[in-house]
Amino acid sequence: QMSKTRSEEEEYWNSSKFKAFTFDDEDDEFTQLRESKRAVNSIRDFVDEDEDDIEKVSWSGDVVGSKSYAQIILRFPHNNSSSHSRKRIAYKALVCFFSETQAPGKCAVLSFLCFIVGRSKPASLYSLSDGLDQHKFLNTEKAKPIKDFSSDWSPEDTVRRMQKGKPYSLERFRSLKDKLLLLDEAVRLHDGNSITAVLIFLQKSLSKEVLLRELETRQVALEHFIHLLKENQDHKLLQELLRVLGRTEEVALLQYREYLNIKDENKRKEFLKSCIGLPFLPEDMAHVQDHYTLLERQIIMEASDKRVEAAGQVEVFKKYPRKASILNMPLITTLYYSCFYHYTESEGTFSSPANLKKTFKLSDKQYLLVALAARAKLREWREVDNLFTTKNWLGYTKKRAPIGFHRIVDILHRNNAPVQVLQEYVCLVDDTDLRLNLALKYKCHSVVIDVYKDLKDRQQLMVYRCKLARGSLEERKIDDILSNTQIRWKN
Amino acid sequence: MASHLSYGRVNLNILREVARKELREFLDKCAGSKAIVWDEHLTGPFGLIAQYSLLKEHEVEKMFTLKAGQLPVADVKNIIFLVRPRLELMDIIAQNVLSEDKHRSRRDFHILFVPRRSLLCEQRLKEQGVLGSFHHREEYSLDLIPFDGDLLSMEAETAFRECYLENDQTSLYHAAKGLMTLQALYGSIPQIFGKGESARHVANMMLRMKREFTGCQNPILPVFDTLLLLDRNVDLLTPLATQLTYEGLIDEIYGIQNSKCNSDKFAQKKNNKFGKSTCSSPLQGYLKMAKLLVVSTEVVNKKFRVSSPLISKESFTISAHFKERHNAKTVGEIKQFVSQLPHMQAARSSLANHTSIAELIKDITTSDEFFDNLTVEQEFMSGIETDKVSVYTEESITKKDPLIKILRLVCLQSVCNNGLKQKVLDYYKREILQTYGYEHILTLNNLEKSGLLKLQSSSRNNYPTIRKTLRLWMDDVNEQHAFPPPPQGVNLQPASVSPASTASGKRIYLTIVSMITNKHYFLCMPGPIGQQGENRVTLVFFLGGVTYAEIAALRFLSQMEDGGTEYIIATTKLMNGTSWIKSLMDRLEAAPF
Repeated sequence: QMSKTRSEEEEYWNSSKFKAFTFDDEDDEFTQLRESKRAVNSIRDFVDEDEDDIEKVSWSGDVVGSKSYAQIILRFPHNNSSSHSRKRIAYKALVCFFSETQAPGKCAVLSFLCFIVGRSKPASLYSLSDGLDQHKFLNTEKAKPIKDFSSDWSPEDTVRRMQKGKPYSLERFRSLKDKLLLLDEAVRLHDGNSITAVLIFLQKSLSKEVLLRELETRQVALEHFIHLLKENQDHKLLQELLRVLGRTEEVALLQYREYLNIKDENKRKEFLKSCIGLPFLPEDMAHVQDHYTLLERQIIMEASDKRVEAAGQVEVFKKYPRKASILNMPLITTLYYSCFYHYTESEGTFSSPANLKKTFKLSDKQYLLVALAARAKLREWREVDNLFTTKNWLGYTKKRAPIGFHRIVDILHRNNAPVQVLQEYVCLVDDTDLRLNLALKYKCHSVVIDVYKDLKDRQQLMVYRCKLARGSLEERKIDDILSNTQIRWKN
Repeated sequence: MASHLSYGRVNLNILREVARKELREFLDKCAGSKAIVWDEHLTGPFGLIAQYSLLKEHEVEKMFTLKAGQLPVADVKNIIFLVRPRLELMDIIAQNVLSEDKHRSRRDFHILFVPRRSLLCEQRLKEQGVLGSFHHREEYSLDLIPFDGDLLSMEAETAFRECYLENDQTSLYHAAKGLMTLQALYGSIPQIFGKGESARHVANMMLRMKREFTGCQNPILPVFDTLLLLDRNVDLLTPLATQLTYEGLIDEIYGIQNSKCNSDKFAQKKNNKFGKSTCSSPLQGYLKMAKLLVVSTEVVNKKFRVSSPLISKESFTISAHFKERHNAKTVGEIKQFVSQLPHMQAARSSLANHTSIAELIKDITTSDEFFDNLTVEQEFMSGIETDKVSVYTEESITKKDPLIKILRLVCLQSVCNNGLKQKVLDYYKREILQTYGYEHILTLNNLEKSGLLKLQSSSRNNYPTIRKTLRLWMDDVNEQHAFPPPPQGVNLQPASVSPASTASGKRIYLTIVSMITNKHYFLCMPGPIGQQGENRVTLVFFLGGVTYAEIAALRFLSQMEDGGTEYIIATTKLMNGTSWIKSLMDRLEAAPF
């Protein structure tokens, strides 16, 4: 295939008018860099036949890594073109080259360049010295005979060709200014595909510093570049870029996100620890800190519980073998686990619910709901009771809860609590309607009866009596109430 | 061919035919027998364009799903990869191609990108060293896919995410391109209205693209009189609320993909109703009918009752037809009856399906859970207690309800309150992270970036004012208003319906009416305006997605006799609140391969 390309190229070079570096459909746009290098090398081959045209110039060491450019300039053939246009190409290439080169030796080289140019065609000196303004240079060229060249050169045409899927070349955009014009044009047309292609080209052909500097003022292109880096998983450059832009919270989140790729829990923990110093927003910071602490805690718990479970000495582990590891579970799940397996431990132990509550500053409400669910699951009704019982200074006990008792009833019901237990909490629901509804729903007869009694609703009591079992305690209770002459019934 | 596309005033079959032609042309480029390797996400949309028969006519003998590893055995000359331009898919393709060379005789590889060739992807293929293996690398610009006689979608799932999270407006570029294709087929649209930033972008791109084609005047008489571009960002509220129309409910509960609803989901619930015939077949047939069906939702004893007058009417007609057989006396009459049988059978089975679906939906809509959720949504939308932590949301978190449900509620509250107070936002965030895991920091961050969740910037909450001025909410059905009577949850019998039950339907309807009747932020008129008044056709393009409830509202407007305007709906993606939030979540799962 190499030889085929070679012969095609030769034919091409011999027939075209500087339509350099355009490849047909079969060619891959991304091989352009390599292709053009090959093209340049092939130039040398047939230039060698024409000794006269080689201007022998040796470059100083200032211009590092730009030998191929130098070769383009110095060894350009003039097969089918006038020496006038050939020279112009040379200048153009040089101009591009220089406007890009940030080398310290630039000035020296520039004067040297002017010397060459001045000697061969003084008229061009103007455009060259005009701040290396490639665009102006282009415009002055427009009037001149080689039209196809200049039109192919325009960023508008190139981007349009890209959009239409036609072959194009970005290679010819050599000056920084041209490259930016190209980028701006792609951005103007909002086509992400073209923007990305130009960005890939710029990333390859510009120094990182220059690229980042220019992107800073180009918001749309910048976002595309960030997206490109994300897609390519170039996290190093991405973070550097975001840092330059001052988007430090994004850097932090991006870095934090990496933990998902770490499977080993200890490495994961270490990684999270390293994240703590990152510039998160204050509220996110607290969460990341908690995340680390939680995993650290889970690792300790997991190791110890695994041992305890294997030993088979502790009742709760024997009766309810653990279904899964606690590692990487959310905090609330961990608290539930702790309330399930480590409920009685003192606050001093890492795995105790009290310790978790304190460490993560959980509210009484959160703690209560989880403890309730866990103890109810274990059918430890006395402990459930203790959760809500408070003693006042006179020694009276009273049930209190930071949430409505209807929610407690709901949780108890979901954990299959018996009616006796449910009843105790249903009667604590403040709202009468709600209390009645819950009592009816969960068949807490005595609560229903009390509500009807309080409502002085004789009719309903009589209706309800029919629903109860004959001779039951509840039935007798209703009969007692109905026969009570003290009550003033409303119906 | 596809009769469901040509019943309206705009024959979208033309668009479908063009898409088919392009596909045939590509297939013919790869001479000889071929196998297609599908990107799974594309089979759905492609099903709307071409059936297997078309592919078969063009020598497609085998079809595979794109998977890592080695390609299955197939004695064909060409292997065509039909894929979206996604990097992760490129890696799989590379793996396929590389493992192929070692084992078998050479087959020709081709790749068809849908809807667009991506240089980034080609670069990836090149890095993997397989780019040269592809004989044809082309794009199949399936921008707008006809879903129904009045519905087009780009099915670009991530369009909203790209626009508002990643600041990538490529999907808008595709939208503009799709609109240009549409104009090439149906004539230049003389009037463009728009609302929102994205809408302006698209309009500008269209004008620019038009300028480039100035050489050739489009001779076709315009079919569309007006184009209305609507930026999803203008109304973030509607998709977050539960949809209450028939199709909307099906979508909320079971999910509709590419006009199909996986009937397995129904079958699981009620295995008796759905025979084998419908299990794998598309729901398309009956969804076609679904949009004609009108479902009314009514509050009875605080419960929703889903009833459909049309279902019962239709069932009456069909059973009457079946009864006719008793009257058929002569041979001719019997013959005529028999000839109608297949049609009637189809209608009957479709009806049976709908009845079952309606029943299934009813089971859900009458549940306490559904009702409670709806009550809270409606409270938020009427501005009740939006500046406090919602007890319902909090309880749902405690119960560990699906995270998406929680996020939907929190975002809804945020939108209704024009941002949440710092304390409320912090509370929700904390509860979510502690209950569902800290890794969701990333998702919450995404929601904040895209504006669905935000901090109240000013102390004044201006949502109630907006609500009043735009009349997004109607408390009294009988209130006199300038708009045509709103559909009652898209119901045609407004009289007996309690307002609370259908407020959501009305709100959507009114949002849409207000969007299409007033306060357009810009207007451009690229051409002379065609006929005025009667029989106008308006293309409404929702940039960033549209819900079935909104579609129903527009269809209702189309059906109204005095309006005389027919609405054709186009969008980047048919969606609901769940799929929307999902698209904005951080992709937590590691790469599948």
